[in-house]
Amino acid sequence: MSVLKPGSERPRRAGAGRRLSALAALLLVAAPALADTAPARVVSMNLCTDQLAMLLAAPGQLVSVSHLASDPLSSSMVAEAAAFPANRGGAEQIFLMHPDLVLAGTYTSLASVSLLRDLGVTVVQVPPVTALDQIPGQIRTVGAAMGRAAQAEALVAEFQAGLAALATDLPPRRAALYYPNGYTVGEGTLADDVLRHAGFDNIGARAGLTGGGTLPLERLVMAAPEMIVTSTKYPGASRSEDILDHPALVDLRAAAGITSSDADWVCGTPHTLRALAGMRAAREALE
Amino acid sequence: MRLLLPLSLLVVALFAASLLIGPAGLGLGESLRALFRGEGGPVVLVMQEIRLPRAILGLLCGAALGLSGAAMQGYLRNPLAEPGLIGVSSSAALGAVLALQSGLAASFALALPLAALAGAAAAVLLILLLAGPRGGALALILAGIALSALAAALTSLVLSLSPNPFAGMEIVYWMMGSLADRSMTHVWLAAPFMAAGMAALLTLGRGLDALTLGEDAARSLGVNLSRLRLVLVLGTAAAVGAAVAVAGSVGFIGLVVPHLLRPFAGARPSVLLPASALGGAAMLLAADIATRLIAPDADLKLGVLTALIGAPFFLHLIWRLRRVEA
Repeated sequence: MSVLKPGSERPRRAGAGRRLSALAALLLVAAPALADTAPARVVSMNLCTDQLAMLLAAPGQLVSVSHLASDPLSSSMVAEAAAFPANRGGAEQIFLMHPDLVLAGTYTSLASVSLLRDLGVTVVQVPPVTALDQIPGQIRTVGAAMGRAAQAEALVAEFQAGLAALATDLPPRRAALYYPNGYTVGEGTLADDVLRHAGFDNIGARAGLTGGGTLPLERLVMAAPEMIVTSTKYPGASRSEDILDHPALVDLRAAAGITSSDADWVCGTPHTLRALAGMRAAREALE
Repeated sequence: MRLLLPLSLLVVALFAASLLIGPAGLGLGESLRALFRGEGGPVVLVMQEIRLPRAILGLLCGAALGLSGAAMQGYLRNPLAEPGLIGVSSSAALGAVLALQSGLAASFALALPLAALAGAAAAVLLILLLAGPRGGALALILAGIALSALAAALTSLVLSLSPNPFAGMEIVYWMMGSLADRSMTHVWLAAPFMAAGMAALLTLGRGLDALTLGEDAARSLGVNLSRLRLVLVLGTAAAVGAAVAVAGSVGFIGLVVPHLLRPFAGARPSVLLPASALGGAAMLLAADIATRLIAPDADLKLGVLTALIGAPFFLHLIWRLRRVEA
């Protein structure tokens, strides 16, 4: 999971997330013209909307995706993204692509978004999802904005079938998400919900964390996790990532299962099911 | 001895406190048992793999910095000579960062302390060259400021250009220092260099005693000044270089500690050197305990605390120097 990349999803309070989704939905209802006539040139400037747009777009409709879409540590659709020119989210660059619709996240550079709006470009901002059951709404929001409601419904149906197929009634076992600098996530995050659905009890949530925060290595060790999910290392060296090789964690790994979170954990898209399937397999391996 | 015994007791007490204080909130008896017991259990893991290396590194790095400060001040007969202030620590940090980012440290573990040692040695040599054998205050400080700024800028540049997004955020760690989440690996990597460097510096006591009478007097007492200088450069480079390689550059310890202890040491470097090593260890252990007590989850940097004590002290010194020079 890439917790630092601009434009990627950040853990946030579930309540606020739902309110924002509702708001986004309202905005779309209030702009029927948008939904009726499909925009011909769509530009996405957020990693998560990039992937949903690539899944939903009609041929030729999507003009550009963000540069993060081609980062294998953040994006589940690197191969697909290669077909599109990348943007870096600057208002100038986006405007010169003459978009009819710009897709952005609610945390995407607010200065760029408001500048684009001032220039008369339609910008739809999509909030990050904080639970698996918000993903269908997310797909529908992007689908409606792009005038691809039918494709969105098909994708939702596929997602819900996949989610149902991965349901488990195994009793929860202790798991921890552990990232560079001892960062972990607690309640109200997509990663926490993935763990819960896969039959795990998230130690970060147990420690009282809502959203993200640091869990000292000592407390992780004392919580005795049976499964540790860490992140893939970036190239180059950093002291922050050293913690993933700390001997105490290595000893813990010997006792616990270990798996690595990847790009599938970053955004709430149908690819999140792959992350869930991986965790469910890890949970079954504990039996 | 009247000075060293209470200082030793203080270091032992702080070392024990460093072992017993931590976010996991373990019981006293439980932690002590786990420290000496062989196998298994999360408490054993916390005590032996997390807290013990942190306490050992606090002890060694503090001693290395305090001792290096006292030795440099003794040689240059200048109260402002301190590894952090005159750019030795930041040059060591540059060496360490280059070893890490070039991938050298990953392929050959000893490259990390060795590169930091090389950075520190280059800085000490440059300072001795620029400040001259007498080490005039102005020349020393100007050379130190320039060297610190250059090394810090190059460190920031290397970290900013790293493909790793975390590296850029670690600039503050290399400038301020921290012992959070260090492991026994770091102890094994740095301890031999720090021990060798400190052993070398401790042999300088008699020579530095003689040097307080002036260079001619020292020479007539049979002190080989060029050999003394060589041991000083290598000893400081090994001690400070290894300390910075694993803990980042922690400032002000080498400045504050010798000054606080000088009145008790009777201005004799041979007493001041071991006393400063113990005092430095005590100060760094105390600062590290404070980072855990003040903000347990925020990874407060060591340099923040040492500078809070050290900077006002430094200003006070400058004030006194001004009066002396006027």
